[in-house]
Amino acid sequence: MRRLAKRLSRVFASDPQADRVVPPSGFTAQLTLFAAGAMAFLAVFALALSLASGRLAARWGDELGRSATIRIAAPADQQQAQTEAALRILETTRGVQSARAFTSEEQAALLAPWFGTELSLDALPVPQLIEVIETSGGMDPAGLRLRLAAEVPGAVLDDHSRWRAPLVKAASRLRFLGWTAIVLIGAVMAAMVTLAAHAALAANAQVIRVLRLVGATDDYIAQAFIRRFTLRALSGASAGMVLGMLAVLLMPRGGDETASFLTGLGFQGWHWILPLVLPLLAAVVAFIATRLAARRTLEELS
Amino acid sequence: MIELENVAYSYGGAELLSDISLKLAPGSFHFLTGPSGAGKTTLMKLCYGALLPTAGHVRLFDADVRGLTRDDVAMVRRRVGVVHQDCQFLDHLPVRENVALPLHVSGRSQEAAGEDLNDLMHWVGLTKRANALPPELSGGERQRAALARAVIMSPEVVLADEPTGNVDWDMSQRLLRLLIELNRMGKTVLVATHDLGLIRATKTHVQARVLRIANRRIQLAGADL
Ligand SMILES: Nc1ncnc2c1ncn2[C@@H]1O[C@H](COP(=O)(O)OP(=O)(O)OP(=O)(O)O)[C@@H](O)[C@H]1O
Ligand SMILES: [Mg+2]
Repeated sequence: MRRLAKRLSRVFASDPQADRVVPPSGFTAQLTLFAAGAMAFLAVFALALSLASGRLAARWGDELGRSATIRIAAPADQQQAQTEAALRILETTRGVQSARAFTSEEQAALLAPWFGTELSLDALPVPQLIEVIETSGGMDPAGLRLRLAAEVPGAVLDDHSRWRAPLVKAASRLRFLGWTAIVLIGAVMAAMVTLAAHAALAANAQVIRVLRLVGATDDYIAQAFIRRFTLRALSGASAGMVLGMLAVLLMPRGGDETASFLTGLGFQGWHWILPLVLPLLAAVVAFIATRLAARRTLEELS
Repeated sequence: MIELENVAYSYGGAELLSDISLKLAPGSFHFLTGPSGAGKTTLMKLCYGALLPTAGHVRLFDADVRGLTRDDVAMVRRRVGVVHQDCQFLDHLPVRENVALPLHVSGRSQEAAGEDLNDLMHWVGLTKRANALPPELSGGERQRAALARAVIMSPEVVLADEPTGNVDWDMSQRLLRLLIELNRMGKTVLVATHDLGLIRATKTHVQARVLRIANRRIQLAGADL
């Protein structure tokens, strides 16, 4: 790692003469710049996606994982007794931090979006809801279900895991895909720089031959190419990164929690530093790719 | 300095050179002659590590060429100035920078600014063409530039392959005089040429040995030249 850093620093310590021994290459240079820029732009989005879905997975896993609901649907005259029985069971269940029956006002608020506020719940056979908050250790839903079935026939335990699990899974998968995309973008960048470096080395076979004849070492010759491609990748990726960050910054914000996946696609807190690393990564990738290409080509040419 | 011991070389087919033993002692002056296609250029290439012998041993500065790394070969080339038969330059750089190229690649760029470069350019008569690009030079000018590039590092050995192929008699005399001058300063010189007149003219100034390639072997030519 330290050797790599030393070599990289040599790239920036310029030797104008060493640059001039290889003729300037107009068009391919522009292409390398453009490709590095486009890759960095895409990488910013992949990074934003990964970080946002990571945050989402963590939040959903956390909030939903620690609460459950018990629904008690019993004939009106037994509802009160069954609710109390359920609460008693919950008091003695391991992993339950607290349990509380919703008041009828709370239940009315929950149902208001569907029935409006005018309707009186007393007229309807609405099930009673009990909110269960788990301890951090979590409870055993299957065991609780068995006990409830024995003593509270009208109780149904909904531990949210049924609909929580696929969501958390999807968010984690999305995060994984985001990171995969970043790795792929890096690999494409390496492939592209390798191709461009090979083309440049092949186009300059005559230059390389002359340099070898007058006593240039492979290192000296490679340096001229490495320096070019590293600097191109660095500047192209910097421009792409800035544009990508601007685009992320200009994404519309706001909306409520459920829409937060789309509107929350961005960077938070120290995560804003992460995209700044992309140009450096691009430079390192270009450096290594050019170095390998140059070494291989130089050894083939005598 | 450069030593060949029972060296043979073939480009894949029959042997072009066989059983060549040769020793270039420090300060010696040799001519290499022989018909076209005899293998003069090939022998030169063996002498600066561009080709590896197919049999026998080549020793450059007391190291066997087979044991040299690519960097070692680069270092050898800084100690051996070579004028190639087909002078190759960096076509995008002016002549002056091409002549100074060996200094640049060996990290001695500051010397390129010195008077020596001007003197050398003057010596080979290229002062006026210093800022021209190599493709704009005549054949003779290219050869003079190649000779200047070969000696800019003040190498211990100078190998010149047909350095006077494209120049008139006066200029070839001048170039040879430069080589003789270098030889007097203690450099080892090997010149491949067809031009027997040039060899004769030179022999009046310096004690030169003449090697001839004939029938794949090398012979020391007699005093009959
Ligand atoms: N790279 C190569 N591959 C195959 N054959 C080659 C190669 N280079 C030279 N030869 C052959 O080897 C023989 C000797 O070539 P070389 O260039 O050494 O001759 P030379 O004595 O320098 O001739 P000249 O006086 O014309 O320069 C020639 O027949 C040539 O065709
Ligand atoms: Mg020849």
